[in-house]
Amino acid sequence: MMEALIEFRNVSKYYTMGDTVVKAADDISFKIYKGEFVAIVGQSGSGKSTCMNIIGCLDVPTSGVYLLNGRNVGEMNKNELSEIRNAMVGFIFQQYNLLPRFNILENVEIPLMYAGVSKSERRRRAREALENVGLGSKTKNLPNQLSGGQQQRVSIARALVGKPSLILADEPTGALDSKTGVEVMALFQNLHKAGHTIVLITHNNEIAADAQRIIRLEDGRVVYDGPASGDTASHNVFSSGRRKADESAGIL
Amino acid sequence: MNPLESFELAIKNILASKLRALLTMLGIIIGVTAVILIVGLGNGVKVYMTEQFSSLGVNTLTVTVTGRGATSSRRLTVDNMYDIVAKNQDCLDKVSPIVRMTGPVKIGNETSSTTSVSGVSEDYFDIVQYSVVSGRGIEYSDIAMRDYVCVVGSYIAKEWFSGNALGQTIKVGGSYLTVIGVLGEEAESESGSTDDSIFVPYSTAIRLSSTGTVANYTVTIRDVAKASESKQVVQTALYEIFQNERYYSVRSMGEMLNTMTSMINIIVTVLSIIAGISLVVGGIGIMNIMLVSVTERTKEIGIRKALGAKERYILTQFVIEAATTSAIAGIIGIGLGYGLSAIATKIIQPMLGAKLTVAPTFGSALMAFSISAAIGIIFGFLPARKAAALNPIDALRNE
Repeated sequence: MMEALIEFRNVSKYYTMGDTVVKAADDISFKIYKGEFVAIVGQSGSGKSTCMNIIGCLDVPTSGVYLLNGRNVGEMNKNELSEIRNAMVGFIFQQYNLLPRFNILENVEIPLMYAGVSKSERRRRAREALENVGLGSKTKNLPNQLSGGQQQRVSIARALVGKPSLILADEPTGALDSKTGVEVMALFQNLHKAGHTIVLITHNNEIAADAQRIIRLEDGRVVYDGPASGDTASHNVFSSGRRKADESAGIL
Repeated sequence: MNPLESFELAIKNILASKLRALLTMLGIIIGVTAVILIVGLGNGVKVYMTEQFSSLGVNTLTVTVTGRGATSSRRLTVDNMYDIVAKNQDCLDKVSPIVRMTGPVKIGNETSSTTSVSGVSEDYFDIVQYSVVSGRGIEYSDIAMRDYVCVVGSYIAKEWFSGNALGQTIKVGGSYLTVIGVLGEEAESESGSTDDSIFVPYSTAIRLSSTGTVANYTVTIRDVAKASESKQVVQTALYEIFQNERYYSVRSMGEMLNTMTSMINIIVTVLSIIAGISLVVGGIGIMNIMLVSVTERTKEIGIRKALGAKERYILTQFVIEAATTSAIAGIIGIGLGYGLSAIATKIIQPMLGAKLTVAPTFGSALMAFSISAAIGIIFGFLPARKAAALNPIDALRNE
């Protein structure tokens, strides 16, 4: 079997808040393979943000091992983490996180700038990435001159421009109306078909259902890991979601 | 990401909040302007003083010998003085005895009471930089032969001989002297001025005034900066002869000028340091605004870090931004300093009636620029390090 792109081996992350220790991630293990479209789903406080930070190399686990493309991220220093983020992870955030004072072409260029790509090459690739998300005509616009959906497409272009191994999207539709959200999700489907590995972090079961596979977290633990169709919770509304998830966890 | 791009980013960030940037720069601008002005003023005063002193002869030593009397065995002859200069050619250059003659000067039937008569050596006109415009100057042979010749100032040539002085005679102390040369105009050709002077070979003057010794000498030195040392050399030589320092004195305009110049330098340095305090205050202002900027841009720093910016990129970016801010302030300060110097010159000259020019030096401008850039780097470092050390997760969460 091929090697996993992402491998969590008994990953735990503890935070100390005053006297109490909060187990944000508690002994989580899973593997994500190249080309997969995985949604990590959970309510707030379930540990999905912690998982995202660790996957995105913004944070390192307290215990356990996180292997990204076979490399142990937990042993890396800050500089190496920066390099890994730059080269291997394409971030897409709920609030787009574009730099407001830079036009969208400059925004998309940023990862390439930190990768040391020459200015002309950066320009060319950033323009290409924006054309791919249908914004080739707006390169000189500032982010706030664009709609939310367009801004999110800019951030997708920015995530893709460095040709990362992994696209990590944190609530990518959270700030969008449902119609635009659907469009953005369609874009993710296309990326998946094109062979990209996508990890989607969301609390929204409907959005999660678009993924190929769902990892459901509760209280820092994995309660479901399997095909989206098998996650009964995702087909239900929020109120019953938790109970159903418990059941599905029991089944597993 | 190269430094040039960091610089472009810095300019962009500064332009994004122009008023704030300007206010931040104010301390540095004032400091640099003040330093440039003070150095310029000090420089102007020095130049002015040097010019004033130069006309008095900064490169000459005036030796006055009272001596122990002609009968004493300890006395200074003209030959002794020439020996002293010859032995110390590393610092002393030329010498001329000066024999002041008193007594009436008669031309035809008229007598002048304002005209001064001095006996000098063949080097004297070189020493005082007088030019002979017609005829010739005094030569060594005139001195050796004790010739009855003289060189006259322009006033005498013009007023008494109507410009036709060569070959005419002047009666000094009962003897007739033939005019062999006429000097160019040195003063305003007024009576009693340098131009109303007659110069004769010193040997002739000694004979005419029947004095046994020469009391005054003018000695030129090779380097004005070493005026004190040169003066010391002459004093030491004279002490060897007289064994008592009461019998001679050596004055040096150059030494006085050097003393005053170094005093002005001290004053300028002290004032510059005081003005420089404003640079430190300005630096603290920059640090303050950079800290605010880091707080405001926490989110941006988080995004940049998430996208792969290493700590040193963030650090460099903020340091360069601080340095750029203060360097721009430095340039504005230099411009203002030069502008105000020109205005100050325009005000001071008519007010004091002196040709005093406030002249900033390129060196002070260069130093002001380097210091202000350095201040930006030093005071920008703390905020930059704070920015670089931000945890990307916390920074991203920041709104």
